[in-house]
Amino acid sequence: MAGGRSELPVWVDVAVIPLLNLLFALVVSGLVVLIIGENPLEAMWIMLKGAVGSLKGWGYLLYYATNFVFTGLAVAIAFHAGLFNIGGEGQAYMAGAGAAVVGLSLEVLPWPIVIPLAIIASMAVGAFWAWVPGVLQVKRGSHIVITTIMFNYIALSLMGYLINYWFRPVGKMAVESREISGAYIMSFREVAREFFDLRLPSTPLNFSVFLAIAAAFAVWYLLWRTKLGYEIRAVGASTDAAVYAGIRPDRIIVITMAISGALAGLMAVNEILGAQHRLVLGFVQGAGFVGIAVALMGRSHPLGIILSAMLFGLLYQGGTELSFAKPDINRDMIVVILGLVVLFMGALEYAFRPWLTALFFRPED
Amino acid sequence: MDLYVEILASTIRYTVPLILACLAGLWSERSGIVDIGLEGKMLFAAFIAASASAVYGSAWIGLILGILASICLALVHGYAAINQRGNQVVSGVGINFLAAGLAIVLGNEWFREGGRTPALSGAQRFMPLSLPDLADVPVIGALVKIFLAHSILTYVAFALVPLTAWALSRTRFGLRLRAVGENPHAVDTAGISVAKLRYMAVIIAGTLCGIAGAFISTSLSSSFVRDITAGMGFMALAALIFANWRAWPALGACLLFGFLQASGTFLQGKHVLGFAIPVQFINMLPYLMTVVLLAGFIGKSIPPKASGLPYVKDR
Repeated sequence: MAGGRSELPVWVDVAVIPLLNLLFALVVSGLVVLIIGENPLEAMWIMLKGAVGSLKGWGYLLYYATNFVFTGLAVAIAFHAGLFNIGGEGQAYMAGAGAAVVGLSLEVLPWPIVIPLAIIASMAVGAFWAWVPGVLQVKRGSHIVITTIMFNYIALSLMGYLINYWFRPVGKMAVESREISGAYIMSFREVAREFFDLRLPSTPLNFSVFLAIAAAFAVWYLLWRTKLGYEIRAVGASTDAAVYAGIRPDRIIVITMAISGALAGLMAVNEILGAQHRLVLGFVQGAGFVGIAVALMGRSHPLGIILSAMLFGLLYQGGTELSFAKPDINRDMIVVILGLVVLFMGALEYAFRPWLTALFFRPED
Repeated sequence: MDLYVEILASTIRYTVPLILACLAGLWSERSGIVDIGLEGKMLFAAFIAASASAVYGSAWIGLILGILASICLALVHGYAAINQRGNQVVSGVGINFLAAGLAIVLGNEWFREGGRTPALSGAQRFMPLSLPDLADVPVIGALVKIFLAHSILTYVAFALVPLTAWALSRTRFGLRLRAVGENPHAVDTAGISVAKLRYMAVIIAGTLCGIAGAFISTSLSSSFVRDITAGMGFMALAALIFANWRAWPALGACLLFGFLQASGTFLQGKHVLGFAIPVQFINMLPYLMTVVLLAGFIGKSIPPKASGLPYVKDR
């Protein structure tokens, strides 16, 4: 994409540019805080303290990060194949139905069977919701970006219908399913109280955090240690060259979209089975879109994604604390930062490059 | 009968922001710049228009400032897409985030109502034209209600359809702009600045989104609330594809989608031919139809050739 421009050392590309972009995003957000009439440094300190200054802060940070690792990996693996899956939001939402159906209907079975099945169901439904746009692009030529946007809205209406008319118990006012007791993933707090008689602060952090780490490792292994991963990256780098190497891009696009959707679907495991314990209207709450920022920030590498997911987890938890401490600064400040990160990392990523290149290659060299 | 009149009248109302955003997308994409940020621009304009109107007491000042706010965001998108040759889809996503966040953060700071703006009334809103009360006259009363009882912005929006169609097919500027979206190299060779034309297109798109946003918060409703655009920017994008990137068909597509929105609102909880239609299925239809159309099952949609591609001058 940036032919002839990337003579910079790898560490500049991988670390300096993302950090510089993040810094700029934070400076611009700091200006917004300043306009509001608050002290940006004080605001940042409250955010940091709220997120990493206590066990409870860490619990929420990691719980948010778990969601973002899943949706970030979903966006990233599609990026590697040169695809832009904006549909993580809808894929995760639909996956909630998969998790709930299995969890609610197989209650009679023991949880060691039901939970894995519910996880597989989440992945399968998420995969299906991304697979269809993949097939439509390959077979019918409709663009994945547009189709996945449309699928987000279709999911929104469809889930609204399903939760309202199918999952909601008769006579219940709140638009949500009954408790999914068959696939109840206990939070660390409940585990500690139940089995170790320990008291932990109340956070929704649960075993899904390990699932997120496992997923990140699996994506790394898939992309850089398997034939399929090589083919995915080959298609992303150059479709023509991939064809020449005997790879069928159509097949890779469909498979990659399905994997991407399955990863997004895992978000429902953390949220529905691990935190809410019932299928709730609109539970994704933008995590699918945050995945775009996470993938861009993490340079589409699983390790980078874990780190940037934690960074956004910090922003989410810290932002919540900040809005309590300073009611003038609304929690939506996080959304401003997100937007700036996406703009700087994704659309203006080359803005710093000429400047950095000039720094590294002085004329006399 | 009254229900049908209501549905048709509100079809016209819902169509206004859709057609404005759709024309914005049309101008932008015809020049080769993909615009996912229609939603964000409309939202931010809606917020600024409602705020300015509340503070200054005039819907017109709200409209002008709303347009300016939307143009600012459009210029950010233009800078990313034209100067920086960044990914246009990503830039649009970023703008949607930025707009949604800024509107709530600034609104909360200015009015202390958690992101809402104060309720507007009188000159702070674009009100429907005041006409003699003909509600009792059989056919004419209904027709007046459907077609004439709207605010001035409604007629501006509809007038912009023939204007856009004419400008894009009959004027030198329009023809050049379309050429830039199909084959920028040829336009560059002819000695015309690709960047300048694309910036013009982006600014026009910003202006139209600005009018759409101002209409939503100062005419359709009477204040700004969180997520007030409710996906209309994306529905306009769908309409644009549905219309194959042409102005007159865009009007048709927007009227159709506007009608579906209006029916969804009015048919909620009502029975049609003995069936209770879940409103969710009506809401879903525009998107579903676009997917089916894109898949080539009804006609074929062909986007401008250079759409989404940054222009790099060959040396």
